[in-house]
Amino acid sequence: MENNLVLNEKSFQRMEKKQKDLGVVYHRSIWKDVKKEIKSNPMAVFACIFLAVIIIACLLAPLSPYDPNKLDIANKFLAPSLQHPFGTDEYGRDYFTRALYGGRVSLLVGFSAMFVTICIGTTIGIFSGYIGGKLDMLLMRFTDIFLALPSMLLMVVLNSFLKPGMTTLILVLSLFSWASVARITRAETMSLKERDYVIASKNLGASSVLIAVKHILPNILGPVIVAASLGVASAILTESSLSFLGLGISIPHASWGSMLQGAQSYILDKPMMAVYPGLLILLTVLSFNILGDVLRSALEPKIVK
Amino acid sequence: MLKYCLKKAGQVAIVMLLISFFSFAIIDLAPGDISSMYITEDMTEEEKAIVIEKLGLDKSMPEQYLAWLGEALKGNFGVSLSYKTPVMPMLTKRLPSTILLMGTSLAVSLALSIPLGLIAGYKKNTWIDNAISGFAYFGMSIPSFYFGMLMIILFTATLHLLPSSGMHSVGVNTPIDTLMHMIMPVMTMALSSMASKVRYVRANTIGQLSEEYVLAAKAKGTSPVKILFKHVLKNTLLPIITIVGMNMASLVCGSFIIESVFGWPGIGSFAMEAIGKRDYTIIMAYIMLSGFILVMGNFVADILYSFADPRIKRGIDVANGK
Repeated sequence: MENNLVLNEKSFQRMEKKQKDLGVVYHRSIWKDVKKEIKSNPMAVFACIFLAVIIIACLLAPLSPYDPNKLDIANKFLAPSLQHPFGTDEYGRDYFTRALYGGRVSLLVGFSAMFVTICIGTTIGIFSGYIGGKLDMLLMRFTDIFLALPSMLLMVVLNSFLKPGMTTLILVLSLFSWASVARITRAETMSLKERDYVIASKNLGASSVLIAVKHILPNILGPVIVAASLGVASAILTESSLSFLGLGISIPHASWGSMLQGAQSYILDKPMMAVYPGLLILLTVLSFNILGDVLRSALEPKIVK
Repeated sequence: MLKYCLKKAGQVAIVMLLISFFSFAIIDLAPGDISSMYITEDMTEEEKAIVIEKLGLDKSMPEQYLAWLGEALKGNFGVSLSYKTPVMPMLTKRLPSTILLMGTSLAVSLALSIPLGLIAGYKKNTWIDNAISGFAYFGMSIPSFYFGMLMIILFTATLHLLPSSGMHSVGVNTPIDTLMHMIMPVMTMALSSMASKVRYVRANTIGQLSEEYVLAAKAKGTSPVKILFKHVLKNTLLPIITIVGMNMASLVCGSFIIESVFGWPGIGSFAMEAIGKRDYTIIMAYIMLSGFILVMGNFVADILYSFADPRIKRGIDVANGK
């Protein structure tokens, strides 16, 4: 007689009524949290779509039939039309193409400055928080001083005396913004390094570098991502101010800020030239700011009530 | 308490020293020779040497810096390279108009942002809150110069209501005229500094409304307006002191950009002109002056805050072992 009954240790235990689990187990990754949060907020959906569109449009800028820097005086100040969606500027250049190329510069500067800022800030923050002691005190004094410096003033001075260009701009922007990132990452590291799993891996003989990179870094990613999103916004904003003052990207290349600088001279009779690039800055920065706040409520639920 | 003040004052001095050293180093390292503005072709070698010695360019950078610092501490910021007159009187002549602009916009932004933040916090998650928060986002994300340009397009180019630049119309010198010129720059400056304040007051109001004293006041039948403006306002105002101190940075730098947009005859547009001319004595004096305004703003805010909030004062005294 065949019997499929399988006997194991459990078979001899008393039968019990199965109890329903009281606690619901969440299997959620960071990205699922973020996705859920974005979906629940129509503004955030709009921000994501707008950013995607603007980034793709700027990447595809070379597809435009016009050269962004070629002068064509005969066609200057054309009104917006099908051939020229934004019209043409004072040298007859297609304004739409220039805005796309300008967007490339603005976004590239924004992202690179954010990247450098995050790299410097996180490294110093983790280093200072993990090692602690005298070094921590020294580094934090240094950070405090950087936070207290009037950054915009010094940026203006630096940019007006250094050779203008994209690299200078990126380095100057990140030089004055790493301090707040270092502050955040240091605080997070300090609380993480007392956790059991870090102590456990330390007792198992893991080196400090391994612990910092493999255990601490992934766990402070949340605040770092939030800082990154807000960092792009502020970098684009500052870049546009510097370019507007004529201290950013050099002629004939353009960024949104320097296009506004050019438009300022014609503001009373060609106001639309000033409206377009500014609108692009406004919407891009707004999107990054909204995204940053949404990310914060997804990744740092403790802080947000 | 005194110890705390002294410590903060020490920090102010350190930051000022660092600012001056940074800027001096940048200007010194910059390409281009300052002496070329003074030396002409027909000078003899001896005359050239005298000019260089007079400018202090024969010395090393630290020596130059110390010499400059010694004079600056006495209030002497040297002679402008392009105007050939002492720098300080030129700056102090333009300072009042900048302070007028900064002070007015600070007042306007405070007067608008505190009620807005309170209302947004009280009406949390309603359309009113959404509108106010949206407005704050807008103010946070718009470049101030762009907002200024939009104002010019709207009020000058289209509606012909307000003058677009300067402080006075030619030949007119009435307070009304100055006021008309002030409206746009003040609004522009106020907007950018309002955003952070509105968000802060809103968050704070939400926190305070869940406190028990609000519940007690409600139970006694106090009207919402009274609760908001009499009880909650007092408790949200404290952090505003710090925010205002931090806002000094955006005001100082804002005045720099906004003065250029509106052609306001203050120290910001003057410094912008000097940067174009590489007039390093004016630039140094401007950096020190605006850096001083900024750092002092933070300093005063810190001190005021510790006086206004006894908890902080007690914390400091405990830390000092009293």
